[in-house]
Amino acid sequence: MLALEVKNLKKTYQNGVVALKGIDLEVSEGDFFALLGPNGAGKSTLIGIISSLVNASEGETKVFGVSVQKDRSRAMAEIGLVPQEVNFNQFEKPFDIIVNQGGYYGVPRAVAKERAEYYLKKLELWDKAFTMSRALSGGMKRRLLIARAMVHEPRLLILDEPTAGVDIEIRRSMWQFIEEINRAGTTVILTTHYLEEAENLCRNIAIIDHGEIVENTTIKHLLSKLDIETFILDLRAPIETVPSIDGIELALKDPHTIEASIPKSRSLNRLFRALEEAGIEVTSMRNKVNRLEELFIRLVNAEGQTSQESVA
Amino acid sequence: MSEKVSAKSFWIGYQTILIKEITRIVRIWAQTLIPPVITMTLYFVIFGAIIGRRVGEMGDMPYMEFIVPGLIMLTVITNSYGNVTSSFFGAKFGKHIEELLISPLPPWIILAGYISGAVVRALVVGVLVWLVASMFAGFQMHNIWVTLSILILTSVAFALGGFINGVYAQKFDDISIIPTFVLQPMTYLGGVFFSVSLLPGIWQQISLVNPIVYMVNAFRYGILGVSDVPLWVAYAIICGFGVVLFAICLSLLQRGVGLRT
Repeated sequence: MLALEVKNLKKTYQNGVVALKGIDLEVSEGDFFALLGPNGAGKSTLIGIISSLVNASEGETKVFGVSVQKDRSRAMAEIGLVPQEVNFNQFEKPFDIIVNQGGYYGVPRAVAKERAEYYLKKLELWDKAFTMSRALSGGMKRRLLIARAMVHEPRLLILDEPTAGVDIEIRRSMWQFIEEINRAGTTVILTTHYLEEAENLCRNIAIIDHGEIVENTTIKHLLSKLDIETFILDLRAPIETVPSIDGIELALKDPHTIEASIPKSRSLNRLFRALEEAGIEVTSMRNKVNRLEELFIRLVNAEGQTSQESVA
Repeated sequence: MSEKVSAKSFWIGYQTILIKEITRIVRIWAQTLIPPVITMTLYFVIFGAIIGRRVGEMGDMPYMEFIVPGLIMLTVITNSYGNVTSSFFGAKFGKHIEELLISPLPPWIILAGYISGAVVRALVVGVLVWLVASMFAGFQMHNIWVTLSILILTSVAFALGGFINGVYAQKFDDISIIPTFVLQPMTYLGGVFFSVSLLPGIWQQISLVNPIVYMVNAFRYGILGVSDVPLWVAYAIICGFGVVLFAICLSLLQRGVGLRT
């Protein structure tokens, strides 16, 4: 079954800005789906329409087969939304915020209280449950948004940049929690600017740019399209020139660092053999950028150029 | 899926909004419950006890007794209006209105929750002011059912008016414009301090366009048994006023005016 089905979705704002140009998208039940795109690409508009905060100009959105436009209440009952911006009442306590949210979804107060305690403990916020929420740190507020979105146990959880501005330790614990939720059967749609987050967590991906889907496939398939990878090699001793290796592009960034661009068809062994023959000792090696990031930049740039050309 | 969207789930949603509103009223009691009581006490002292003695009688009764229903009504109107305006606009301003907008609750439940909260505040404040008034003018009750029904209908009507203000308000200034420039003059000219029968010919006719005249007089009938207007006309006008405002509020919420993009 499809958790989300988006058909020919268009949105033009009153000021004339075309945010979505007819998007088609499908997310299967149980999927962990990444929705990526640069700022202003249309991600937030799309999420706004799915969660009924934004009215679509044209097209239809279905959540588990129920149309958001035709049967809003039943569609909304299945969605949990973690918004990009903190949008709870900062003069209320986390426990009350979650219990009230449960009430809006018809969760009886006693059950909502139990769930509030469960999710606050799970997200390591229980000791702050009865503190005024404006006193929480940025990371705590983000976790509270997740706990609030889970209180009615939605079948589709939408996370709009949930880890923005969150330190790596908390980010990792949030990933763990979200993975756990997904394993338990909740479909997850994630938008993020941390592309390693999408690469590590998600199975399928859509990239949106200028209001259009420019890529929609599995993460594995997308990564297989990466024909050249760039590595940074740290050297033990300084060098003045780089050796020439057939089919591999080497550039000296500084006397202790080489940047190597290697087509997927070439073996890394070949690079290391050549370096060894030239008397160069490599102490460490890393990807220049995250693999998904590299593809993302290429896809978005390509789309940008196409748009510019078509405008020209 | 149907269990998540049912009459029971909507009832829980309504209760939640109401509990949240009452919690807010109690949490900020120094802003919501005490100021109207202090203001009305001053009104009773100045207009009732000090100036009232010189005024003598109004409508065959001591001036102090005459102004009690009008002052209670003044409190009910400003508090029911102000409660929804500030609460709803506050939720909009703080963006936590989105908690409700993305929920399965239909617009009429959201509206009912906010209106009920305002009615609760209006009733509590109304009772407190009535208790203060009783210290100056003694307890009087001609017809409790008329008194209660007019109190509730009036607070519902003005809460709906406050909701419309909250929907359109873009900044904090916007929530004080209507109460200051429209509501207050209408209330003061609505027969709170005088009987409209004292007005000269044409002004008497003009004052009958003001719906607050009917609310104040019907409420005065409930407490004192006197009114400048027929009771059934007052009920018809208050109910009609309420129905029109309810329809406007519902339409605004359904279309998401000022709320959904």
